Amino acid sequence: MWWTRNKPRLINASLRGGKVVTAETVVGTIGKSAEFRTCQFTGLKVDVAAQSLIKANAVAAVVFLLIGGLMGLSVALTRWPAVHLLPAEWFYLALTGHGTNVLLFWIIFFEIAVLYFASAVLLNSRIAAPKFAWLGFILMVVGALLTNYEVLRGESSVMFTSYPPMQAQPNFYLGLILFAVGALIGVAVFFATLVIAKEEGSYQGSIPLVTFGALTAAIIAVFTIAGGAVILIPTWLWSLGLISYIDPLLYKVVWWSMGHSSQQVNVSAHVSLWYMIAALVVGARPLSEKVSRTAFLMYILFLQLASAHHLLAEPGLDASWKIVNASYLMYLAVLGSMIHGMTVPGSIEAAQRRNGYNKGIFEWLRKAPWGNPAFAGMFLSLVMFGFIGGISGVVLGTEQLNVLMHNTLYVPGHFHGTVVTGTTLAFMAATYLVLPLIFQREIVWPKLAKIQPYLFGIGAAGISLFMMGAGTLGVPRRHWDITFSDAPLPYAESAGAFLMMGLNGVSAILAALGGAIFVIVVVGTVLFGKKITGGHKLAFPLHAGGGATVSHYGSEGTIKLPGTIILVAVFFTAFVLYYFINWKYLSELWLFR
Amino acid sequence: MAITPPKQRIWWNEPVEKVELIWASIAFLWGLFMFGFMIAWHFIGQQNLNKEAYRIAPSAYEAKVDEFAKKFKVREEQGVPVVKPPAGTDVYLLGRLWQWWPILELEKGTSYRIHISTVDWMHGFSLQPVNINISAYPGYEHVITLTPTSAGEFGIVCNEYCGIGHHMMTGKIYVVDQKQAEVDQRLAAGR
Repeated sequence: MWWTRNKPRLINASLRGGKVVTAETVVGTIGKSAEFRTCQFTGLKVDVAAQSLIKANAVAAVVFLLIGGLMGLSVALTRWPAVHLLPAEWFYLALTGHGTNVLLFWIIFFEIAVLYFASAVLLNSRIAAPKFAWLGFILMVVGALLTNYEVLRGESSVMFTSYPPMQAQPNFYLGLILFAVGALIGVAVFFATLVIAKEEGSYQGSIPLVTFGALTAAIIAVFTIAGGAVILIPTWLWSLGLISYIDPLLYKVVWWSMGHSSQQVNVSAHVSLWYMIAALVVGARPLSEKVSRTAFLMYILFLQLASAHHLLAEPGLDASWKIVNASYLMYLAVLGSMIHGMTVPGSIEAAQRRNGYNKGIFEWLRKAPWGNPAFAGMFLSLVMFGFIGGISGVVLGTEQLNVLMHNTLYVPGHFHGTVVTGTTLAFMAATYLVLPLIFQREIVWPKLAKIQPYLFGIGAAGISLFMMGAGTLGVPRRHWDITFSDAPLPYAESAGAFLMMGLNGVSAILAALGGAIFVIVVVGTVLFGKKITGGHKLAFPLHAGGGATVSHYGSEGTIKLPGTIILVAVFFTAFVLYYFINWKYLSELWLFR
Repeated sequence: MAITPPKQRIWWNEPVEKVELIWASIAFLWGLFMFGFMIAWHFIGQQNLNKEAYRIAPSAYEAKVDEFAKKFKVREEQGVPVVKPPAGTDVYLLGRLWQWWPILELEKGTSYRIHISTVDWMHGFSLQPVNINISAYPGYEHVITLTPTSAGEFGIVCNEYCGIGHHMMTGKIYVVDQKQAEVDQRLAAGR
């Protein structure tokens, strides 16, 4: 038979030619002669090219955090009726810029740095194709600057979501597309680095949990960016006049397949960082690798359905479609987060008890390194992401309950709980480790750094809670003037709503102060921090076991975790109560069907 | 260590902590319950959003609303007609830059088929202080059967950003309590 004769010959040919397809033949030999240094704290081998890329991406992230943060402060001060800082045009401009700069540019630049760290550094490997990675970085910078330029020119105040038929300048969309292409290159470099590390045997066995989490984030990022391309490229062509019509409902369905999924990239990334910080600062080991990794897999499998969260109050969509999608198929992705919400504090409790803080139920928590901003930021992020962002997200994403807060300030309240108190705070906390380990600089002004996570965390929590409060009272989102003083038919918001907006303004000032300290400490450290040399002791010490090569399972099995069980029980009670309170509110509304 | 490879090459073979298993089971069951409760509310609840919607050209919808307003207009407020449709009939509401049009007068405890759509951009129908929030699209006519359960004066606020006049976009719904009105009348006559 022709195929039986042909087949072996084909294999022979490839063997004889010696051209087996490997990462080497695909990516090229550019990085083969990579230069390494050995980290004195963890014993990890660090590729110098990867180190420069991590630095560049982290610095770019902080720059855009500064720009977006200032815009955010001006938005909150305008919403504070007693201050009402900006005129209307400037308010809508600043709100558009705030969303794009912090939600996209700050977070994604930082995530690319996390991806390079979790692949090249944690796996002791060289980074794949560093020149290609730099190309991605440049594209991201150009895209971010182009979009910012268009926003600042004032003719693209279409908000972060840019719903048609409202139209921005073509370069607004083009900048976002360039940025996404650059990010996609970063993700590709991450995958290639994983392949190289495997082939060159730079680690034994499976990849570490943190890398696994980063891999989850990268996989979700691929289909997030694909969704973005499907909607942003036609929208760009529409703004150029090459396409005549974009259906607004269809746009919203597809846009949110990017917009919401990209938040799941953030969740995967910051949960990975929780595990990383817990490991480096208190020597925590996952209670069970199997459980934590399965929880990450839940994200990949179910988070893509979240587009529906934005379509619960839209015309023409079937209830069964809404229920299946908005619940991530029976809340299986929420299950993933609830598992991390137990295993992360559980692993910290187990580690602290092993470290000797074994008295009573909460000694492990009381004697945790609260003075280390990396730990403090991480733990605040963990608690607030669960209590504020998580619970409100499930309530907001419930098919019928959504009608209570759809498009009110409750929505930004919720996502400031996830993206600011969760992701941003975790990224800030991780930065306090990146500075000594990657920049090899001692953190300047450690006393200021110590209070930073608390200031920022409390401020951000206030922003979330007071916006949620205002939204519950009906205050609309993206709204310049809740006194409606220019409206032909007047409407008066309640006194409670005004109080909420004032408290929101105060919280924003606190958060901005925390943000400013963060930027000052980072910039100060990068420029003036003392160079870390051999035998250097850190102001914020890492756990002595930071360099252990293999994790050990089992010791946690003998340690009971009463503190974590109580924390989780408190969380669960709060969740159930808040869930039913909202059903009670709903049952008191006018009737509709 | 979360930053180092797991001890077992195949992480799936690692044992699971009992406390983790219990928590994951509780969380899973709670998820199932919440999933089931959304379905249940369609049977036990009185607040479920209808999926009834029609494709319509914005200009055609505008014409329908104009005709409706002309037919049932009872008075005018600041140039905007106040429209009182017969109980239980079709009611048309239009969002445009920057107003919700016309003003409606409804009866408490009576069901109306409320049609909502826009002529230009996306708008938000946010009934306050009741706090019912629904998105409105150009080209889609959304029909909701609504029964007011409280009387008084209610505002409609736009909560979908619609450009520079977004914060001026409002509307109004009056709900009258017919029974209460009749009782008041009788009392007044008796005196």
